[in-house]
Amino acid sequence: MPRITITVDGIRYEEDVEPRLLLVHLLRERLGKTGTPIGCDTSNCGACTVMLDGRSAKSCSVLAVQADGCDVVTIEGLGADGSMHPMQRAFHEEHALQCGYCTPGMVMAAIDLLRDDPDPSEETIRHGLEGNLCRCTGYCNIVRAVKRGAQEMGQEVRTS
Amino acid sequence: MTELDAGLVGEQIAESGQIAEPTGRGEIGRARRRKEDARLLTGHTRWTDNLQQPGMVQVMFLRSPMAHARITRVDVSAAKELPGVLAAFSGRDFADEQGSLPCAWPVSEDIVIPDHPPMAVSEVRYVGEAVACVVATDRYRAADALEAVEVDYEPLPAVMDMHDALTPGSPKVHESGNKAFSTTITSGDVEAAFRDAPVVIDRTYIQQRLIPSAMEPRAVLASTDGDTFTLWSSTQIPHVLRVMLAVTTGIPEHRLRVIAPDVGGGFGSKLQVTAEEVLCLLLTRRLGRPVKWSESRSEGNLTVHHGRDQIQHIRLAAEADGRIRGLRVELLADMGAYLMLVTPGVPMLGASMFNAIYKMDAYEFACTGVFTTKMPTDAYRGAGRPEATFAIERVMDELAAELGIDPLEARRRNWIRHDEFPYTTISGLTYDSGNYEAATERAMALFGYDKLRAEQADRRDRGDPVQLGIGVSTYTEMCGLAPSRLLGMANYGAGGWEHGSVRMLPTGKVEVITGTSPHGQGHVTSWSQIAADALGVPFDDITVLHGDTAVAHKGMDTYGSRSLVIGGVAVLQACEKVKDKARKLAAHLLECSPDDLEFEAGAFKVRGTGASKTIQELAFAAFTAHDLPEGVEARLDSDATFDPDNYSFPHGTHLCAVEVDTETGMVKIRSYVAVDDVGKVINPLIVEGQVHGGIAQGVAQALFEEAVYDADGNLLTATMADYLLPSAADLPTFTTDRTETPSTGNPLGVKGVGEAGTIASTPAVVNAVVDALRPRGVRDVQMPCTPERVWRAVQGTRGGVRS
Repeated sequence: MPRITITVDGIRYEEDVEPRLLLVHLLRERLGKTGTPIGCDTSNCGACTVMLDGRSAKSCSVLAVQADGCDVVTIEGLGADGSMHPMQRAFHEEHALQCGYCTPGMVMAAIDLLRDDPDPSEETIRHGLEGNLCRCTGYCNIVRAVKRGAQEMGQEVRTS
Repeated sequence: MTELDAGLVGEQIAESGQIAEPTGRGEIGRARRRKEDARLLTGHTRWTDNLQQPGMVQVMFLRSPMAHARITRVDVSAAKELPGVLAAFSGRDFADEQGSLPCAWPVSEDIVIPDHPPMAVSEVRYVGEAVACVVATDRYRAADALEAVEVDYEPLPAVMDMHDALTPGSPKVHESGNKAFSTTITSGDVEAAFRDAPVVIDRTYIQQRLIPSAMEPRAVLASTDGDTFTLWSSTQIPHVLRVMLAVTTGIPEHRLRVIAPDVGGGFGSKLQVTAEEVLCLLLTRRLGRPVKWSESRSEGNLTVHHGRDQIQHIRLAAEADGRIRGLRVELLADMGAYLMLVTPGVPMLGASMFNAIYKMDAYEFACTGVFTTKMPTDAYRGAGRPEATFAIERVMDELAAELGIDPLEARRRNWIRHDEFPYTTISGLTYDSGNYEAATERAMALFGYDKLRAEQADRRDRGDPVQLGIGVSTYTEMCGLAPSRLLGMANYGAGGWEHGSVRMLPTGKVEVITGTSPHGQGHVTSWSQIAADALGVPFDDITVLHGDTAVAHKGMDTYGSRSLVIGGVAVLQACEKVKDKARKLAAHLLECSPDDLEFEAGAFKVRGTGASKTIQELAFAAFTAHDLPEGVEARLDSDATFDPDNYSFPHGTHLCAVEVDTETGMVKIRSYVAVDDVGKVINPLIVEGQVHGGIAQGVAQALFEEAVYDADGNLLTATMADYLLPSAADLPTFTTDRTETPSTGNPLGVKGVGEAGTIASTPAVVNAVVDALRPRGVRDVQMPCTPERVWRAVQGTRGGVRS
């Protein structure tokens, strides 16, 4: 069985994994990182989105062996020093979640789209989140939250 | 506890700074950010699939690839030999103990409720029905073992079309035939209304089959200590489920605890007693190990109950000026293969709503429930009311077109005026309150109605290939399921009350326990706001417990826009009882008559003096119990069970503008305005969120979603890649506003909002699409109005209906 080395939310793990094991199952069932949920089996919903070496990836579509040597950040590792990431705070402020199941992936995808466009228009946000489905919010407040998160992240960068 | 201890504890509590000062009112109506969010945003979640138990094993189900077949052989022996496999079973192995999945709503005398084994024993009747299972140490091992199970089927004919199913000589889904029930409701002289009517509109609409698609797939975990059983399930109905599972499995109710931990959406799809819940209980009883089942999405598309699927024949008779004389509705409702928890009740929930907000003299409703070899249908957001609203709102537009008047004018000539409430409709329901004029006026202003009509005329004149359509939906809905008395009259198997409790803790903090079972609706926040105002305690000093039959022991759970209207009121009433007890204690401690006390901002004050006791001080006094008046128990804790006298009837006006590209058939929503009147509002942020999400699901029915089976009964939309759920890129920003006409049926004046958006929006969108194309002779486009269907309608070929 292949052995992989993987860092998840700042902790380094060495794991023997079946070649077919999905990254999301490694996270959830081996490492106890259940903050990342599974919403589908065709990589349409995006609920399982994590940061893989700094870019968003659907962890249901990555084999654990492919993540060998990678740095993974999940929703659980996003905040620093016990406080939430500005995007998490923006989702709270704008009521951008209801049941919360899509939220971890949505937050990750939102942060990733700001890497390409730190001040996105509504249209850019809507297209940037196309790979993440939400059934509760109708997306209106998610769009607002991403705008707010973008502003706050921009300000944090400027003030730091 | 000795007095000395109590004194020490008291001092410690006082010094800890935990006892808050009481607060004034002002929580109700405030856009509080949700208490639920922090956990959900940081991944500290308790979805059922997250849960682990010592010794836990995983079950997977083998599902029928045939829509209809006799099972001639199931061989699980090879599967049992594989590594990590604990057990493998066929339906035959459970036949003596699995019972039949319940149907709680026998809607008519003639109803046929076929036996519904959780695991098929001798015959399968839809693709996806479980025929065998394997239990293994983990999901990968279980998946491997499923491959080794052998099943032989003898094919039987699929029954896919409702009209065909009712034709004599049709192959049968069940031996009893394909008719599940039929029922007719008549009010007024319908024959007279249609006789010599100057205008008759006669239309048939298809409510396509939908897949509810809550983002969290189902999951079940069952465990036992040999005596008692615990079932965690991604369910909307832990309380109803407990009763039903006790009845189905024979596990005594008092030895069964049901927990709905974090639940990721439901929309009716988790208002069910499922085969997997029953089978996980039976497996844990058999194996003595905790057994978990985690549904895959494609498994869920096949086997989570579907929604809608009706053929609606609607006829409306009107005077020459557009005033409605009467309405006739004939429904065929696809039950699928079995009657599940409220399958036959869904079309009946719409039975009294086709007349909607309109006055008329005669009404007839007839419905036939039909068995087919498809996944059973059941509640999906709105359940019966979206179907009714769609048909009547579509027909009102047709009436307007027939008369050459504005669709809003056709409605004005018929709707109940605000000064006519309470109003008893032709179908016998009494609407509590409303102001359709005000909501419509507000919506028109926000929408820029006249300006858009002018642009529409201009585009028509210019022959613009992109035409503008304006869709109207002036809806009402029957909310707050429900008065137990009325449910009893409708032959429903349970009541509609809700329970709430308030525990006053020694430190002045408050636990609210509710029988509702939120799965995204924000009850923890809203119930905190209600209790904070009622008790005068800080919002942050309140916690809300729910979703566990051992903690919240009584409840009727969450569906049918009932939670606030019934459960929220129960919480309020429990708070009032706490205050009644506190008042007696305060009078005793302040040495006055209870009548001399006024309760304000969380404290009982003696009128005319400065003496007072806060609710927190009284909670502590009840805890120490050193000085209680005669006959008063050492607690302020109180319970209430609320059962309303009537439903509530929210309403609103939704306006939708679409741009229809007549060359490609593409429909783009240009603007969408929703003005809803849901009575008093506890948290406007949450209300707006419910409306947004509701509209999105209704728009999705209008434009995107359809569960498609082929002629052999295979579901062609079994994955999220095939079943088109809208993404952010597919939907516009919705403009929302409210008018506020309090309900007269409950002390909070609230009406319910969970389903409003979905009920209102589908006809608004389709009316807009048809409005854009009406000059080209199009008078209907079947849902979902895909580019292909719209294009075909424009071309006057198959898929669209031209006049």
